[in-house]
This record gives sequence, structure tokens and C-alpha cells, in this order.
Amino acid sequence: MTASHERQKIPVTVLTGYLGAGKTTLLNRILSEPHGKRYAVVVNEFGEIGIDNELVIGADEEVFEMNNGCICCTVRGDLIRIIEGLMKRKGRFDAIIVETTGLADPAPVAQTFFVDEDVQRAARLDAVVTVADAKWLAQRLRDAPEAKNQIAFADVIIINKTDLVSSAELREVEARIRAINPYASLHRAKKCDVALSDVLERRAFDLDRILEIEPDFLAAADHDHEHDHADGHHNHGLKHYHDEDMQSVAVRLEGDVDPAKFMPWINRVTQEQGPNILRCKGIVAMKGDPNRFVFQGVHMMLDGDSQREWKSNEKRESKVIFIGRDLAEEDIRNGFLACAA
Amino acid sequence: MTEAQTTASLTQHVRPIEAGAHVIAAAFLDGAPALALADGVVLMGEPDEQKRVVVHPDATILTAVGDGSTLMTGGDDGRVVASRADGEAQQIADEKGRWIDALTLRGNACAWSAGKQVRARDEAGVVKTWSAPSTVRGLAFQPKGYRLAATHYNGATLWFPKVEGAPQTLEWKGAHLDATFSPDGRFLVTSMQENVLHGWRLQDSRHMRMTGYPAKTRSLSWSQDGAWLATSGADAAVVWPFKDKDGPMGKAPRECGVREARVTIVAFHPKALVVAIGYADGAVLLCRLADAAEIPVRHPGDGPISAVGWDATGARLLFGLESGAAGLLTLPA
Repeated sequence: MTASHERQKIPVTVLTGYLGAGKTTLLNRILSEPHGKRYAVVVNEFGEIGIDNELVIGADEEVFEMNNGCICCTVRGDLIRIIEGLMKRKGRFDAIIVETTGLADPAPVAQTFFVDEDVQRAARLDAVVTVADAKWLAQRLRDAPEAKNQIAFADVIIINKTDLVSSAELREVEARIRAINPYASLHRAKKCDVALSDVLERRAFDLDRILEIEPDFLAAADHDHEHDHADGHHNHGLKHYHDEDMQSVAVRLEGDVDPAKFMPWINRVTQEQGPNILRCKGIVAMKGDPNRFVFQGVHMMLDGDSQREWKSNEKRESKVIFIGRDLAEEDIRNGFLACAA
Repeated sequence: MTEAQTTASLTQHVRPIEAGAHVIAAAFLDGAPALALADGVVLMGEPDEQKRVVVHPDATILTAVGDGSTLMTGGDDGRVVASRADGEAQQIADEKGRWIDALTLRGNACAWSAGKQVRARDEAGVVKTWSAPSTVRGLAFQPKGYRLAATHYNGATLWFPKVEGAPQTLEWKGAHLDATFSPDGRFLVTSMQENVLHGWRLQDSRHMRMTGYPAKTRSLSWSQDGAWLATSGADAAVVWPFKDKDGPMGKAPRECGVREARVTIVAFHPKALVVAIGYADGAVLLCRLADAAEIPVRHPGDGPISAVGWDATGARLLFGLESGAAGLLTLPA
């Protein structure tokens, strides 16, 4: 797959968020801004979109188990069919947005792009964008596993309705989000008033764009344009939360990794802990390889590739990140460190 | 096809057609070529005297099927339209903007689906409706009797539109796509999301699994004698033997036209055991089942072949590409 072919693929943005968080508000914003782009929008409920758009496609979320013996390997059958249909008229739109229902698990959507060859040929997953309600998210994280999944899965999180909470409550909800997912870029919004460039064309699933993933959530927060830096993010005033069941594990290994140890290890971890792993990514310095090896995964599915060369001023080191539920943190940490060359 | 031994290539017998849009189906209407195009147009007539009939204005043709005198198209406008050689286009149904996902045609009867909803229309124009458990991807009429197979998640259902009562569901785990009956009506075969074919012997619902495909099979074609089923989805046309009472069980398929490119479309010749094969790289060739002898029809280029169809006599072959290129082969006499 050449880079130019990869660029020609239609980007797909997945919009998730618990009921009432503001997904439709964001969708209407995207469609009404004068960006000159044409979007095909896959929605579950017709009628909520206030914008006249000829390419709004109603879908039933049909989650299929792949009959391949892998229990967590589920895909959105309706999405495969819709993308196949849309690709017959490529010139009519520039990008696809998939709005999921409030209770949806984002994994089957993402896995559709790993599993289906025809979908892969035509489209690429750009990012999972989750809209969170500033006032109610903390409550939802306690009582709704779907809401937690959506936060854990996200590449971009919009904390919406910030005008309805105090700054202390806002910091609290941000800390709760960071406890689950320290890597997503976080944006504060009222009525989803975010810059569209923060939401679209993120290339979050692009192996070439697994940038410097920093296993330190304070550094990760630096990507957040909306943060008030006078707010104390760079001192240690920020309260650290630990989510009871959803967490991230980041491991760094200085120097090279032995591919003969790493490949079986990453396959084993994703097979054994796959149902609990929502997302994983990593940059690996393979012994004897001048190029960086990058990978990412969803549950048991992995996608990896040899990427660009390590630069001369770059330290050869490897980092892996897992976000998931009840992860066996010590096993992951020790297992990865044992892959050292 | 006796000239097959002596003809090295048929490429000089192909007249190019500039279709201009993704070719959804290649058919013949009363002997004249007709291409259903994604931009809502049916392109009719010989290469130098074609007319463009807009049958789905401002819409996309998603699926199309021809039977020699009618080309039926289903669009993302929710409409089902029957076009004939004289250019007349008759609206058969309007599902109000819902996508038409599958179509099938037999004589004056037809059936289509939009999401879970399946409708069958008999010769007299009476329409019956059945709701499937999940979105229907494929439809096929049983060769005899007014009975329809519809594929869906976890199986296929056989429905008699004129009979009250629960239809018979043939279960098999996974997402089923296209459906086809063997010409003698003994077998139903479906293609699946998991790169396999599934089949049922209808007499006893016995299962058949046809595996080994690196990609999804989206094209299935029976030989005229019903003894062979040609399939896409591999780097050759995979042709399964169906002559025996157990169908292909325990038997190896034949491979025709092995190349380093994925087969996207297959179409058996209506009289001879020769299969026309279209590839993802734009090549088309004819392959004789008996000795796997190959004759090129189109050289690679311009992207995947998306449609191939023979005329009723087997003298002409029409093909089209996703890129909008197309061609008409006339076999030398």
C-alpha cells in the first residue's frame, strides 16, 4: 500500500458520546461550517440533523460477530454495506462521518476498518471523537460502562457544556477522563464550539502519525489548546484519580527490542488480554532495523508496519501503551521489558 | 469455441466503450449491450450509437440485474426501475429514499430489499412483503416455483411470497452476502463476510463449506449445464463441481485463469464450458474449463473489472470497470 494510495482513501470520523452529550450539536456544526467539504453522514436517527444534506444515510447498528472463533471480533455489518455503496460514487463527497448511538461501543466500528478488506481499500478510520457532558460525565462513568468505553476509546474528547459547571467541577471531570485515557486530545467546549481542525483530519489511526506518544499524562495534556495554563496544570496541584477498572499502562524501554521476543509477546498479550484491551499503540526500536516499527490495535486486532528511519539525533527507545479494563499491568510491564535485545 | 486453440488473443476484437462511471452491471437487452452505471444512467446500444438513459436522476445505482430483455436497477434513491431495449424505463417500486440493497429477477417476477424489508412482485404485479431478522444482502429466486431466498446475518431464509406462515430459515453463523441457487434447484449457495462460501443441500438442509478464499466472493456464476459454479475472491476463478448428489463435498475445485491479481467477476459462457474472468487489475480473459487454456480479452490497466456479461448466444461479451472504462468483445466467427 503506497503512501499516495493511503492519502486517496476517504477519511472516516466516528462520533461517539453518551445520550445527550451533544453529538448531534457537533454534527450540525460540522455540516454547517463553510469548510467547502462534502460529508456523507451515517446516522442512526433521522430527523435530528438540522442541515439539509443529500448524503445523510440512515443505518441500523448491526453488530456482527465474525465467524472466526474470536469472540471480541465484532464489526458493523451495516457500515461495510454503506461504505461499499458510497464508494460507487466517489466524487460526491470528501469524507464520511459515522454517528453512533449513545449506548454504542466504538470497538465494532473501529474493527470494521481492520477486518474488512474492501472497506480498507476504500476508506481509512481517521479518529474516534467522543463528546462528553461536563456536568454528567462523572456520574455516567460510575453507572454506564458504555460511557467509560467511549472515553477510553477516544482519540479526541470534547468536554461539552462547560458553561454549566464550575471550574473546579471542570477540573474534576478532566482528571476523571485523564485517569482513563491520558492520550486523547482534550477540548473544552460550549455547544460543541470547537475548531473543526481539532475534530476532523486527525489521522489518529494512521501508523505514520503515531507521533511521540508520551506516557505521561501531564505532557499529554500539553496537546490541549483549550487548557488554561495558569490553572495549575504544570504544578502538582492537579488531583490524580485512579479509575477502578479502566486504566492505561505505558511502558518505556531504553535501547533496542529483540523482534524474535517482541512479536510473539505482542501477539500473546493481545490474544490473552484482547477482550480487555480497548486500544494499544507503540513505537518500537527493533534490533538491527534502521526504521521505527509502529503498531496499533483494537482488542485482538493489530496493525503494524515499519515506518520511517530513526533520526540520528533521536534516542532509540521503545514505548507501548495499552488502554483497557482490568489490565494485568505487571504482566504487561515485565513482559515488554523482557523483550529487550 | 474451437478457435480457442488457434487464437492467441481476442483483444483486437474488443470495441472500447467510454462509460464514464463505475459500471454496476453489464447485460444485453434483446441482443443489444446495456451497462448500468453508478451515476444513475443505463448506457444502451452498440458502441458507436449509444444512448444514455437517466433512470435514477441525481442518484446512484447500487445494484442491477439483467435477464436478456429487462435490466432492473436499484438505487440509493429507493427506486427499482426496469429498463428495456427500446429505452423505456418503468418504475417498479419506490422505497422512499432507502437504499435498494439487493435485487433479483426471473421472467416477469422480481424481488428487492431495502434494509430488512424484502418485497416480491409476481407476474401479475402483486407485491408481498417479508421482514428479515437483519439487513438482507442477497436475493435469489428458486429455479422452479415462486420461492425466494434472502441472505442475512446468521443464515438465509426461503420464503414463498404467496403462502402464509413462517418461512424456512437455514441457519449458519456469520454474515451472508450474495445468494444463488443451482440451476436444478438442489443447492443454495451464499457468499460470506468471512471469505468462505456456504451451501445447503435443500433436500435435507445439509451444510457445505467452501473455503480457502483470500478475499470475499462477490461474483458467482453457474455453467449452463449446472455442473459447475465459478466464483471470484481468489487469484484464479475457483470452480466447484456440483454434478454429484453431494455437490462439491470432499472434492477439490478447479482453478481457472491463475494470475497475480484478484478475480473480481466471473461469468460462464451460456453454451460452452468457458468462463469469462475479470480481475482487480483490469484484465479480462476467457478460460476453458477442460484444459484451463486462456485467451486474453483485455490487458491489465485502469483498475478493477466490476461487471461482465454474455449475450444469450455467447457470441458477445460486455464488460465494465470501476473506473468507467468498458468494452464489447465480439468473438470471431
